[in-house]
Amino acid sequence: MTRPIRNPAMVLALVSIATTIYMWLFLHAETQIGIAILLAVAAIVVVIARKTGIAGRIEAAGARRPGLAQIWAAGSTLALIALFYDQHFVLLMICAVLLYTTAGLGLTLQFGFSGVANFAGAAFFGIGAYATAVLATHTGIPHLLIVVISGLIAAVIGSVLITPVLRTRGHYAALVTIAFGILFKTFIEVNDVLGGPQGLQVPGMKLFGHSLNEPFSIFGHEASFYVSYAVLSLVVCGGIFLIVKALERSWIGLSMDVVRTDETAAATFGLHIARWKVIAFMMGNFFAGIAGSVYGMLTGFVAPNNFTFADSLLMLSIVILGGLGNAVGLIPAAVIVLVLPEKLQFIQEYRFLFYAALVIVILLFRPDGLLPRKTRLFFSQETSR
Amino acid sequence: MSQKQTLVEVKDLTMRFGGLTALDKLNMSIFEGEVLGLLGPNGSGKTTFFNVLTGLYKASSGSALYRGENVLGKTPQEIYRSGVARTFQRSRLSLPLTVFDNIVIGDYQHMQHGLIFNLFRRKAFRAEYDAYVQKVRDLLNIFSPPLVERMFEPVETFSMIDRRRIEVCRALLSQPRLLLLDEPSAGMTHDETHALMSDILDVRSKLNNLTVVLIEHEMNVIERITDRCVVFNYGQKIAEGTYAQITSDPNVQTAYLGEETV
Repeated sequence: MTRPIRNPAMVLALVSIATTIYMWLFLHAETQIGIAILLAVAAIVVVIARKTGIAGRIEAAGARRPGLAQIWAAGSTLALIALFYDQHFVLLMICAVLLYTTAGLGLTLQFGFSGVANFAGAAFFGIGAYATAVLATHTGIPHLLIVVISGLIAAVIGSVLITPVLRTRGHYAALVTIAFGILFKTFIEVNDVLGGPQGLQVPGMKLFGHSLNEPFSIFGHEASFYVSYAVLSLVVCGGIFLIVKALERSWIGLSMDVVRTDETAAATFGLHIARWKVIAFMMGNFFAGIAGSVYGMLTGFVAPNNFTFADSLLMLSIVILGGLGNAVGLIPAAVIVLVLPEKLQFIQEYRFLFYAALVIVILLFRPDGLLPRKTRLFFSQETSR
Repeated sequence: MSQKQTLVEVKDLTMRFGGLTALDKLNMSIFEGEVLGLLGPNGSGKTTFFNVLTGLYKASSGSALYRGENVLGKTPQEIYRSGVARTFQRSRLSLPLTVFDNIVIGDYQHMQHGLIFNLFRRKAFRAEYDAYVQKVRDLLNIFSPPLVERMFEPVETFSMIDRRRIEVCRALLSQPRLLLLDEPSAGMTHDETHALMSDILDVRSKLNNLTVVLIEHEMNVIERITDRCVVFNYGQKIAEGTYAQITSDPNVQTAYLGEETV
């Protein structure tokens, strides 16, 4: 056996390149046999990596050099976007993964950190998209600002839920958010100003005078206009990821964790339970709203049927499958939840059966999710002690 | 005792849960700087008294003045900020969090919770964090040096005894004026209890004028470390005085051993 690689930078480089190549093959694969082989390879590699302790070494490398790991992750995503520069559908899937991850980051803050289960994630995503549709159609506000305003609108509308959510606990608070999600969809459906069941057109995004909806060419190659949106989604997702990570490694993340794990002890040591839940709930909805805003501009169209209870469940299942409270786990979970069903088109309706079975199997062997949340270390240097 | 300052003055304090009266017109005082033992059979209202003092329960009637202000009607947060810290009978730590996390939250009132500070002023945050690491390390060194090595491990991996030590450290970190210890020795052996108590007294000698109220069943702990004792039964004070005084009190003997039958 070869000498194991100890250098974390080298480990991260190898893993990133291998993952990028794998994802490239996977997104490319269209034949049944190709996809079947790739899935089998993934399963075997994961099992071997866990048995031989390589998985542990990769995790340790990521923990030692978190900044470098983030750069590699962003770089790999950019590489994938570049490799699929002219394929609309693949780019759309990459955008969806990035934006659902962004919304998942908001839900992580709510559910994973402060323990507020939000079953209306898609509703806040939808509020962001609808706000963008209205603002971009009827006002001249710069589009980048519209994205932020849409997030704020989602947070503000979400604040009507604060009192009922704070007064109830656990399952009851979850029920409040479920009711809100259904209320939102019904409200949009019956509201003619917002287009009713037919929905609304969303103007494409204009950034500094450049329209993102126009295809452009690099080195003589015609690139899909989705490339611009994919890069924008990556920037949004990456920025919010960094914010959530910084929050986790601060007194704010600590306070939220203490509120979640023991409200009585938290109150005894001066923590205002309501304050931290409200902050987490509003920030989480803000992030979901931002993701929805970009998603709306990207698809060019919003309708109530895109933001149903089922979509909220999909978002929450990404959060739980990834490992509750772990921002990194969202990405593989979003790939499994969003991309896999698309790739299994060839087995038609059976794909949902297969996909559902896969999720159950994953949670059977990994009850805390794909990448369970690690113990908090405020600064990575502490590990070397 | 007249020269002693009163820290807590309890008058006719009553706490009812439905038909059950846990505290029945309780009258007692806690003096500044003393170590007060709280004794009494199970269900005599000792823990209820702590819960009222820390604002977790709202008493039905009466008053409890802490430094002249009534704690009834105050929130647990306000009471904590005025310098009251406690431990719980059944350990209430956040199990998935590290030892450091659990202890450092004890000084929540002095941490900076601002969004800007925590998110963007990472250098300043780092300085505050480093100062806390040192403080927590110093405290752990007193209670159990082996815990210092493991301060970034989750609490769920620790034994019950270590968890109690961690809980005491959490309560002490903010340098409270009044420390309420709810059966800190439960589940500990004789020697471990002695070690824990000496450590608490050790920290107390460094904090100026810390008052300690201790709920305890181990009589030799009470004898060794308390200045004064109060005995509860059915939510009332049935005796008070030094250890020697209360142990010879016929009321106390009746409460613990039952009425002598002829």
